[in-house]
Amino acid sequence: MSDQVQDMRSHLDVAPGDEDEARVGPMLLGYVVGLGLAVLLTATSFFVAGTDLVWQPSIPVAIVVLAIAQMGVHLVFFLHITTGPDNTNNVLALGFGLLIVFLVIGGSLWIMAHLNQNMLPMDQLMKMQR
Amino acid sequence: MLGKLSWAAIPLNEPIPLVTGAVVILALLAILAWVVIAGHLSYLWREWITSVDHKRIGVMSILLAAVMLLRGFSDAIMMRAQQAIAFHSQGYLPPEHFNQIFSAHGTLMILFVAMPFVIGLMNLVVPLQLGVRDVAFPTLNSVGFWLTATGALLVNVSLVVGEFARTGWLPYPPLSELTYSPGVGVDYYLWSIEISGIGTLVAGINLVTTVLKLRTTGMTYMRMPMFCWTTLASGMMIIAAFPILTATLAMLILDRYFGFHFFTNEAGGNVMMFMNLIWAWGHPEVYILVLPAFGIYSEVVSTFSGKPLFGYRSMVLAVMAICVISFMVWLHHFFTMGAGPDVNAIFGIASMIIAVPTGVKIYNWLFTMYGGRVRFTTPMLWSIGFMITFLLGGLTGVLVAVPPADFLLHNSLFLVAHFHNVIIGGVLFGAFAGYTYWFPKAFGFRLQEGWGKAAFWLWLVGFYVAFMPLYVVGFLGMTRRMQHYDVPEWRPWLILAAGGAFLILLGIICQIMQLVVSIRHREELRDLTGDPWDGRSLEWVTASPPPAFNFAIMPDVSGMDAYWTMKQHAREQGLEHDQRAYRDIDMPCNSPTGFVCAFFATVMGFALIWHIWWMVAVGGIGAFATFVVFAWRDRDEYVIPAAEVARLDRVNLEQRRAALSLVGSV
Amino acid sequence: MTDTTLAFAQGEASDLSVTGRSAVAHSGPAPKRIVTGYGFWLFLLSDIVMFSCFFAAYAVLVGQTAGGPRGSQLFDLRNVAVETGFLLLSSFTCGLASIAAGVRSQRWFQVAMAVTCLLGLAFLALEGREFSGLVARGAGPTRSAFLSSFFALVGCHGMHVSAGILWLMTMMAQVFAKGFRADILRRLLCFALFWHALDIIWVAVFSVVYLLGSAV
Repeated sequence: MSDQVQDMRSHLDVAPGDEDEARVGPMLLGYVVGLGLAVLLTATSFFVAGTDLVWQPSIPVAIVVLAIAQMGVHLVFFLHITTGPDNTNNVLALGFGLLIVFLVIGGSLWIMAHLNQNMLPMDQLMKMQR
Repeated sequence: MLGKLSWAAIPLNEPIPLVTGAVVILALLAILAWVVIAGHLSYLWREWITSVDHKRIGVMSILLAAVMLLRGFSDAIMMRAQQAIAFHSQGYLPPEHFNQIFSAHGTLMILFVAMPFVIGLMNLVVPLQLGVRDVAFPTLNSVGFWLTATGALLVNVSLVVGEFARTGWLPYPPLSELTYSPGVGVDYYLWSIEISGIGTLVAGINLVTTVLKLRTTGMTYMRMPMFCWTTLASGMMIIAAFPILTATLAMLILDRYFGFHFFTNEAGGNVMMFMNLIWAWGHPEVYILVLPAFGIYSEVVSTFSGKPLFGYRSMVLAVMAICVISFMVWLHHFFTMGAGPDVNAIFGIASMIIAVPTGVKIYNWLFTMYGGRVRFTTPMLWSIGFMITFLLGGLTGVLVAVPPADFLLHNSLFLVAHFHNVIIGGVLFGAFAGYTYWFPKAFGFRLQEGWGKAAFWLWLVGFYVAFMPLYVVGFLGMTRRMQHYDVPEWRPWLILAAGGAFLILLGIICQIMQLVVSIRHREELRDLTGDPWDGRSLEWVTASPPPAFNFAIMPDVSGMDAYWTMKQHAREQGLEHDQRAYRDIDMPCNSPTGFVCAFFATVMGFALIWHIWWMVAVGGIGAFATFVVFAWRDRDEYVIPAAEVARLDRVNLEQRRAALSLVGSV
Repeated sequence: MTDTTLAFAQGEASDLSVTGRSAVAHSGPAPKRIVTGYGFWLFLLSDIVMFSCFFAAYAVLVGQTAGGPRGSQLFDLRNVAVETGFLLLSSFTCGLASIAAGVRSQRWFQVAMAVTCLLGLAFLALEGREFSGLVARGAGPTRSAFLSSFFALVGCHGMHVSAGILWLMTMMAQVFAKGFRADILRRLLCFALFWHALDIIWVAVFSVVYLLGSAV
C-alpha cells in the first residue's frame, strides 16, 4: 500500500472533503459564498423564530426547512459533497446514515407518543404504590 | 483515595466466585510464568500483541471468543443445574447470585463470544478474499481488538472484585438506576460495554472501508465472494447501530453518576424510552451477528458442493434488504409495553417481512447443493445442521412476531428457546463452520475430522435436547429467569434440558480434544498447498499460513469465484510457470498503540466503576498521550524486499507442485 | 487440485500501478487519501447517529419539566446567536486552513488554525457561562428530565468541540514540527471533516433546541 498513486486524480473516486479544484481563487470563493449563504440562512432562522410578522403555526416548519438548507450549504460548500459519479460512495453512505437518523428519531417519537398516551406517567404510578 | 473500593469488594463469603476466581487467577499466573520462563514473551509481544496484521488480530479475536465461550457456557450449566434442582427448593444459587449469572451469561455470549468470533473471522478472511494485503486501517484494527479485550476483562474482574449487574443482559431501568442498583454491578456492565463498543465500531468502519475501497484489480462488487457482501452489510449495520447503544448507555451513566433524569421514576424521566432506544440497537445487533454467519454458509456450501453459489444476485439483494429492514422492526421486543394495536401491527408485519429474504437465502443454499457433488465434511455438517435448526428458530420467531401471541409468550421460556434457537443454530454453528473451514488457512494444518464430527453431533443433539423442552415449558407458562419454582409440570422438562446442556458440554470437550489432537498430529494434517478443500475464492491462492503480505503479486480478477476460474484456465491451457515480476512490498509497522491504549482504557474503566477519580484522569491522559505518541512516529511502513517476496512465493509454488506430483496429474 | 501457479503467469497482475486503465472493470485498491477520508466519513456518520439518539431523547422529554422552568424561560437567544456566529466563522477559517495546507503555506495554515482555535474556545466559553448560569439558577440537569436531556445534548456537542480543539492544537504542533507530510495532510482532511460536521450538528441544535424551544 504505497503512496505512489496518492496524487493521481485519475482515480474514479474522490475523498469526502476533497474537491477537484486546485486553484486558490475558486476554492476561496467557494468558502466565501458558503459563509455568506450560511449567515443569511442563520439570520433568517433567528428572525423567523422571534418575529410576529410570520403566520405563527408555520414557524416550526420554517425553522426546520431553514436548518436543512443550512446543512445543505455546509455539505456543498464546506464539505464539497456533490452528486457527481466520483462522490457516489460518499453520498450513499450519507444517505444510509440519514435513513437511520430518521428511523431512530421518527420511530422513537411515534412509539413514545403512543406509549405515553396509553401508559400512566411514572410519577402517578409511583403515587399509586403508596 | 480509592473511591468505593475496599477489601469488602472481594467475595470472601461466597464460595463459588471465590473458588472460581482463585482457580482462574492461578491458571493465568501459571500460563504467564510458563511464557516468561520458556522465553516466549518477546515472541508474543513482537508477533502477536503488537501485531497489526489482520490475520493475527483475527486469530486473537477468535481466541478471546473461545475463552469467553467457556465462561459463558459455565454460567449456562449453572443455570440449567439450578433450574433442574430448584423445585420447591432454593437450589444451590441464592437469588442475588443467580441474577448475576444470567446477566453475565447473556452479556458475555452476545458481546464477548458471538461478536469477537464473527469479527475475528471477517478480519482473518476478508482481505484475503478481496486479494489485498490488509484491512484499510491496520493499527486501528489492533486498537479495536484490544478495547474489546478490555471490556471482556472488566466483566470477568467483576467476579472477584465487586459484583456484576443483576438486571439481565440489558439493564432495564428503573432497576438499573442508582436507587435500585446502588452497587457497582451495573457500572461494571456499563463501562465494559461502552469501551468494547468503541472497539466494535472501529471494526465496522475498518471492514466497510476495506470492502468498498480496497479490492484487487478487476474485483467489481458483483465478483466479490458472498462473505464479503455480508461483511459489508454487517459493517454498515455496526456503524449505524452501535452509536445508539453508546448513547443510550451514556444516558444511563449520566443518570447514575450525575443524577440526571433520563430514565428515573421522578422528575419526568421516562423508563420506557430506555427500552425503545436500547432495542433500536438490540435488534440490528442480532442481524449484525447472523449476516456474517450467512456469508460463511454461502462459502462452505458452494465449496463443498463443488458448484458456484446459486442465485448470487438474489443473495446480494436479500443481504442488503435484511440490512435495511432490520432497522424497522425493533418494537417487537416490547409489544407488551403498551404502544397499542396500530404500532404493534406495523412492527409485527415488518418482523414477518424480514423473514422473506432469509427464506430466499435458504432456498439458494439448497439449490446450490442440488446437482452438486456434496462432501459431508465437518463445515458442511454444521451448515446443514444450521439450515434445519435456524429454520425452526425462524418459524418460532414469526410466531412471536404476531402481537397477540407475543402477549402470552413474551419473556416466557418459549422466547428464550426461540432466540437461542436462532443464535446457536445460526450464529454459533456458522462460527464453528467458519472456524473449521478456515483453520488450515490460519495455521497451516487441518483440524482432525473425527473429533470434529463427534463435536457436531453432540452439539446438534444436545441443542435439541436442551432447548426443545424450553419451548414446551414456555407454553406451559414458565417465565424466564426463575431462580426457583413450584409448578410440577415444568420439572421433567427442565431436567431434560439440563441433560441437553450436559451433552453440549461433551461437544465442547470434543472441540477442545480436536484442537489438542490436531496440534499434536499437525504434520499429518499439514496443508501443503494452501488449498485443502479445492476452494473457489482467493484466500486459497495463498500459502497456509499466508506470508505477512498475503499475495506476492496482487491478483487480477476476471469473474466470480476468482480462484476457481484461475484453476480452470490453468487446466485448460496447461501453461508452464513463467518468471514473475516481483517487487518490493510496503507493509505497516507493528505498533503497541492498541495494547497500551487498551491498558489505559482498563485503568479508566476500573476507576470509573469504583469512583476513583484521580485514576480516571491518569487513564484518560495516558490514552490521549498514547495517540499523540503514535501520531508522532516517522516510520509507519517497512519494506519487504522483492528478493524475500520471491523466496517466500517460490516456497509456496514448489510445495504446491510437489503435492500435485504426489497426487498425479489432473 | 490443479497447479494454481500457472494461472498467474497469464495475468496482468501488478502492484497498484493503475494508470488509465479505463478498460478494466475495477482498477484496484484506492489511494490512501481516499481510503482514510472515507473511513473517517463513516465514523462521522456514526457520530451523527449517536447525536440523533440524544435529539430523540430531547424531543421525547422536552415537555417533562417536572414543575420547573421551560426552555422559553431559560434560553438567551442573543447568546446563542453569538455562539452560532463564532462556530460558523470557525468553520470558514477551518476552510481557509485547508486551502493553506493545499498550497503548503505553513504561515497561513498556522494563522487560520489559530483563529479557528480562538473562535472555538470563545464558543466554549459562552456555552460554559450559559451552563453555569443555569445551574446557579437551580435549572441544572438534575432538576428535570427536560433539563437532563438539554444538558446532555448540548453538552455532548460541547464535548465534541473540546475534543476538536485538542485535536486542532495537536495538528498545529504536528504541521509545525514535521511540515506537510502526506500522512499529516490526511489527518488534516479528517480534522476538517470533523470540524465542519460539528457546525452542521450545531445547526440542528440551535434550530431544534433553542429556536423551536423558545417559541413554545
